[in-house]
Amino acid sequence: MSIVRTLSIAVGGALLVGTSALAGPDLGQEASPEEVAAWDISVAPDGATLPPGGGNAQEGAAVYEAKCLSCHGEEGASGEGLADPLVDGIGSLTSEQPMKTVGSFWPYATTLFDYVRRAMPYEAPMSLTNDEVYAVSAYILARNGIIGETDRMDATTLPAVEMPNKDGFMDYSARP
Amino acid sequence: MPLPEKPIPDLERDAGGGLMHRRTFLAGGALAVGASAVAGLPSQASAQGAIGPDQPLWMKTPGAPFRGYGLPSRFEEGVARHILQPYGELSPGAGVSMTPLQAMHGTITPNGLHFNRSHNGVPDIDPDGHKLLIHGLVDRPLMFTMDQLMRYPTVTRTLFIECSGNSFFNSNLFPEAMQVPVGMIHGLVSAAEWTGIPLAILLDEAGIKGEAKWILAEGADAAGMSRSVPIAKCLDDAMIAIYQNGERVRPEQGYPMRLLLPGYEGNMSVKWLRRIKLTDAPTHTKDETSKYTELQPDGKSRQFTYAMDVKSTITRPATGLAMQGPGLYEVTGLAWSGNGSISKVEVSADGGQSWAEAALEGPVLPHALVRFRLPWQWDGGPVVLQSRAHDTAGNIQPNRSDWSRQYAAGQLYHCNAIQSWSIAADGEIKNVYS
Ligand code: HEC
Repeated sequence: MSIVRTLSIAVGGALLVGTSALAGPDLGQEASPEEVAAWDISVAPDGATLPPGGGNAQEGAAVYEAKCLSCHGEEGASGEGLADPLVDGIGSLTSEQPMKTVGSFWPYATTLFDYVRRAMPYEAPMSLTNDEVYAVSAYILARNGIIGETDRMDATTLPAVEMPNKDGFMDYSARP
Repeated sequence: MPLPEKPIPDLERDAGGGLMHRRTFLAGGALAVGASAVAGLPSQASAQGAIGPDQPLWMKTPGAPFRGYGLPSRFEEGVARHILQPYGELSPGAGVSMTPLQAMHGTITPNGLHFNRSHNGVPDIDPDGHKLLIHGLVDRPLMFTMDQLMRYPTVTRTLFIECSGNSFFNSNLFPEAMQVPVGMIHGLVSAAEWTGIPLAILLDEAGIKGEAKWILAEGADAAGMSRSVPIAKCLDDAMIAIYQNGERVRPEQGYPMRLLLPGYEGNMSVKWLRRIKLTDAPTHTKDETSKYTELQPDGKSRQFTYAMDVKSTITRPATGLAMQGPGLYEVTGLAWSGNGSISKVEVSADGGQSWAEAALEGPVLPHALVRFRLPWQWDGGPVVLQSRAHDTAGNIQPNRSDWSRQYAAGQLYHCNAIQSWSIAADGEIKNVYS
């Protein structure tokens, strides 16, 4: 789209406004740091946006049984008619029947926190407290044998967890 | 139809299995059809004579009055999307509705038939309660209301959107070919005329910092769908779409606004867009690690496979339709590429031994669906029909076996394998692998 290319070239020079037919009217309201913090729920592998709080697998078991088991099965094993399994499959990726789960496939533990906090439980997303999300994440990691039953997951320990498939994704950095 | 000026060529064979030259219909075929139509009319009219009881009912009663929003004929009620909910009643909002390609023509998908992939239902968003935040590695974080965004300059482009899981029925998930209508196999692609704000304008207003290499785009649905997109794409041709085929974007497509990344896997064009965060690295969300990545036989996975590869399928004849005996047919279908424009589509009627070039209906636009057509004389014997698309980047659609070999067992994303339809002597059309 050449118009936008022209625009992004024009962006380099300071006199954008008025020089391009596609310049915007600049109507956005500057957002305050508090506003941004409240909206910014994504957690990248560096864990920089992880909230305070924490929990371990023992605490997470109660959360799991009350809020997750009905869909993901006993200890995350899924079952007939249920949603994705959350355990097993470690070492299966090169086999005839690869099994992708949090334990066998996910490269970062931060993704687990990010996803459960924003999207689970399925019928009531964003209803768990941060402590509950840490605890149930710890429970899933422990059921996969990645951490111990009493290892506390928090803003420091979670990003440091080494997932079994952390090197399983191809380098994308050479791409555009 | 105007008669051709040059002499009418004989029906010309162009490849095996009865495929004819792509200009055959435009020349000889038109004349034949025109002649028989003219021959049929006068005798019918004279036999019936004056206006009387034989006239159709709808000519003798007043039609329906006006309505605010039009609907298709009630006789087209059967034309509807195919719905698949892999988790059933457990999680009914996770799944797909797929465009019924076998019932459609042209290259634009009506808004009510555009495919929808959603992970936790279609949110009911009040535009007055919806805002867009742009923040992260910017000079000043900006919050926009919908009313403010409506004042921005727009661009309009005809674009396809294809789910990265499209054609999963032909992927490694199904070692045996499934017998379902073509819309269920390939109907996770649709096309519309989209109107929206170039994303570059909004990013520029926020002021892009030098370290910003990616954005995270986040939706306001109950799945909080979020994907990382390289900043280069955002500054090139990304838009925030507000209109779809001239009306406001449908709820299923992201009302009140969605990200639209021409040619990229549909999931990245985040619907119900509410937040854009500029980052120095991808966020590695669930839907760019656990899902929407491609596991290879060596255990390594491809990630951030942005563009949808060159692809085509014959939509007529195809599964979901039946043959009507031997004779002249128009083979027609759709081709598209996320890597540019379609340069050529070939059709084979002998299982890929010989190929004839199909006519492309212009204008052939980049990142849009292209309709191809080719006359075909079916002799009534068993045949295998295939189409093979080429794009301007030099890519050619692969055989299914070559496609399949690249990925581990059970993998389904980015399947652009050649579609083969076998047609039996009794006219039954089946999906087959080659
Ligand atoms: C009502 C059913 C239901 C409940 C309850 C539920 N989930 Fe889920 N879960 C799903 C569905 C459906 C998906 C797939 C969503 C999609 O398609 O994106 C899913 C996906 C997931 C995934 C991603 C799996 C993968 O490998 O990609 C995780 C992790 C997860 N759920 C964790 C949880 C946790 C933790 C809880 C409890 C706090 C929970 N779920 C409660 C239905 C449920």
